Amino acid sequence: MSEGIGLTRTENVSDKDAPFQLRGGSVNLMLMKLVDMTSDSFYERLSDKVRQAPNFFRNAPLVLDLDGLSGDENLDFSDIRSRLRACGLMAIGVQGGAPRHQEAALRVGLPALPPGRPARLDTAPTAQPIVAAKVQPPPPQEPPPRTTLFVSEPVRSGRQLYAAGGDLVITNLVSAGAELLADGNIHVYGALRGRALAGISGDTNARILCLSLEAEMVSIAGLYRVNEDIAPSFYRKPVQIYLKEGYLCLDTF
Amino acid sequence: MGQIIVMTSGKGGVGKTTSSAAFATGFALRGHKTVVIDFDVGLRNLDLIMGCERRVVFDFINVINGEARLSQALIKDKRIENLYILPTSQTRDKDALTKDGVEKVMEELRKEFEFIVCDSPAGIEKGALMALYFADQAIIVTNPEVSSVRDSDRVLGMLAARSRRAELGLEPVTEHLLLTRYDPERVVRGEMLNVEDVLDILAIPLLGIIPESQAVLRASNVGVPVILDDVSTAGQAYSDAVGRFLGEKIEHRFIKPQKRGLFAWLRGNSA
Repeated sequence: MSEGIGLTRTENVSDKDAPFQLRGGSVNLMLMKLVDMTSDSFYERLSDKVRQAPNFFRNAPLVLDLDGLSGDENLDFSDIRSRLRACGLMAIGVQGGAPRHQEAALRVGLPALPPGRPARLDTAPTAQPIVAAKVQPPPPQEPPPRTTLFVSEPVRSGRQLYAAGGDLVITNLVSAGAELLADGNIHVYGALRGRALAGISGDTNARILCLSLEAEMVSIAGLYRVNEDIAPSFYRKPVQIYLKEGYLCLDTF
Repeated sequence: MGQIIVMTSGKGGVGKTTSSAAFATGFALRGHKTVVIDFDVGLRNLDLIMGCERRVVFDFINVINGEARLSQALIKDKRIENLYILPTSQTRDKDALTKDGVEKVMEELRKEFEFIVCDSPAGIEKGALMALYFADQAIIVTNPEVSSVRDSDRVLGMLAARSRRAELGLEPVTEHLLLTRYDPERVVRGEMLNVEDVLDILAIPLLGIIPESQAVLRASNVGVPVILDDVSTAGQAYSDAVGRFLGEKIEHRFIKPQKRGLFAWLRGNSA
């Protein structure tokens, strides 16, 4: 249950000398949901769309979302790629869909990308669906599965709890000198007197909620505040702590 | 089968040995066959508090190492029936306490005694861990000040995670809070934590409040457990606490400053 982890991400000195560095990152990409590839006017209507905002679409990387297809279609991904290229779009991978489609795509160098959270399309000048009027907005995808660590006994001084990949829920008190760590949110249904660090893998949406804030330190995604810096008006109050525009915010509730 | 009770605190100097001697004596006075064991290897004190230091031949460590039989090391109290002391070694250190060795002694004592009181050393290292490992019940000795309370909290965490009961997934160790060296007048002046503060932090049931009393030091110096000094407030408070431990309903006393008359003034603070 209790295990130590490093709190700071440190780089190996030898990694810095390497001619490259591998790291995780997330980028925003345009998704094109394919609904009816048999439509005769598919590329015609796509070209019309691109013409409305040529600069936005120029050499735009594109991920093909195959979830809207039935899976029975015979798709020639080599052909699809070159015809998209002709419209100025660069397909770089696929997402979802039937395994046979994913395999066919991979054979022409379009790998299957892991599903991510659906992004808002408000970065595009044309917020309408790209393909056709009958296109549905992408269904809200399930957030990645999270496991929750529930603890009902008091978390005493000197104890460290880590909820890996999920939330930490304590239905008892957390003593001074105890440390709570979670990749997700931290809930304390009692007095929080120890340290609480939520979103330690970088989740800036993580929150800390407690019934009585007396914490030694609170932190979300690395931004922290020690007891001294917490305004007295929050002391012993039910408080939630979250990040907003890069600042650590406290609210009573 | 006897009950194993650990007297523990984390912090030193809060009154573990005084309380161990008082509780063991209190149990025996009420007719329960009791043994009190000194786990503070290398810093042997319990024999002094119990007044049997001049009768120690073999000790707990000798028994663990198979150099003596348990019956040779147990010292029978001269004043009270049913009371035995198992002193420790002054020349060894805590590494002499092996889990197997302690377990063997505990199992043997369980067959013969109703209560086995383990006087824990301070700290959270091997000696303290061995003292609490086999416990069925724990009495957490705490002074009304923040460092003592925090150390008690740490020990409660160890009881919940590292005791035998925790490791085997049995019923958890029963926890009791014994607040010692409580000075109601200093609490009123805000110089000490009050009972509610301590209970708020530790959140375990209160077994007793032992008022600060010069009788404790006096009793230690003459080797008579303070519970036998039944005119002292500390002695009475220990007696109440033992009664509560055994299931009696007894109101807490000595929480508020006592109104002192002229006679008490003349006697000074010697209660």
